[in-house]
Amino acid sequence: MYAQMVKSTGKGLVARKDMLPEDRAFQDRIDAGEKIEPKDYMPDGYRRNLIRQIGQHAHSEIVGQLPEGNWITRAPTLERKANLLAKVQDEAGHGLYLYCAAETLGVSRDEMTEMLLDGRMKYSSIFNYPTLTWADMGAVGWLVDGAAIMNQVPLQRTSYGPYARAMVRICKEESFHQRQGFHIMMAMVNGTADQKRMAQDALNRFWYPALMMFGPSDKDSVHSAQSMAWRIKMNTNDELRQKFVDETAPQVEYLGLTIPDDDLQWNEDTGHYDFTEPDWAEFFEVISGNGPCNVDRLNARKKAWDDGAWVREAMVVHAEKKAARKQAAE
Amino acid sequence: MSAKEWPLWEVFIRGQHGMSHRHVGSLHAVDAEHAIKNARDVYTRRNEGVSIWVVEAAHIAASAPSEKGPMYDPARDKVYRHPTFYDIPDDAGKM
Repeated sequence: MYAQMVKSTGKGLVARKDMLPEDRAFQDRIDAGEKIEPKDYMPDGYRRNLIRQIGQHAHSEIVGQLPEGNWITRAPTLERKANLLAKVQDEAGHGLYLYCAAETLGVSRDEMTEMLLDGRMKYSSIFNYPTLTWADMGAVGWLVDGAAIMNQVPLQRTSYGPYARAMVRICKEESFHQRQGFHIMMAMVNGTADQKRMAQDALNRFWYPALMMFGPSDKDSVHSAQSMAWRIKMNTNDELRQKFVDETAPQVEYLGLTIPDDDLQWNEDTGHYDFTEPDWAEFFEVISGNGPCNVDRLNARKKAWDDGAWVREAMVVHAEKKAARKQAAE
Repeated sequence: MSAKEWPLWEVFIRGQHGMSHRHVGSLHAVDAEHAIKNARDVYTRRNEGVSIWVVEAAHIAASAPSEKGPMYDPARDKVYRHPTFYDIPDDAGKM
């Protein structure tokens, strides 16, 4: 999802009989639905996995501002511009909530940023695709935020308290994102023939990347079992992907557009849509740095970090000077 | 990357309905004034509050999770601290 392929740092799922007594007690708390709080005992693997997962989620929110930020100055109306600006501002806020949640686990904000910039931490593959037309703002809000919500709603019940609380805030704010995207798509499909073509083109380009957001197929998802036992992952990748297709297919039909998948059809027996899996070779290429925009995205983050360094330093120095002056006056 | 990180602040917001300030999250800022400005941008984008408190996280003292038992268990068996413990006949009227 926003946290795809979070590499498990433990040794896979540990059987109950092989657990240390404190780890068994910890697992019992999770099984009883208790929330784990920052100062509580937690196994090292739990802490490390969460740092990676929440950090990756936070980076995705921040990097996710870039493809949309591209269109703020090019929005077709003042109203659309205000909507998009509010959405992008929300993403910054969501990144902050998540960084704060990760920091409660003992990693600093700067460390996480450095790990993103030197490639030790990742962000969602979806943000490595370009946003070529205004219709892409519709497709991104509707499909990308839609897929994100599908993953984040169950995470409101995750076992780590600060992460769960961040998710509650994020989910509350995020439903407007998906609706504003769908609203853009509705305007496009009801516009000129060219505008409708743009809407279809955006759907064509974002459909499979959106399906990839849920991460690899369950059979290739080697890190899931332990994360699910710890309740830091609530559903399997394939479950969520299916749910997304089931909810989105009727919306595509409502818009009068076509999903770029000839094999997509309703299956009476399963009560779900059958659909074609994304090209996993492409997914692994993009996640390992070779997507269309990986270099641009990281360069933009690096430039913002480097160019902002003197501001961050100057603000600290100024605050110290102000405090010293105040103390002298007392 | 030698610069100091901005300290962490905890943010408390009072909503519009006469409730007390409530913890909403945290953020980084160089001083109190800066923390309030950031809190306004991060935590009140949808009219969530009419008043903001910030306090540097390092100044908060917290009870230890390991003391949960001695701290909170004694309150468990004192049901007589709740109004429902006392049976009052309906005949006594509204109370």
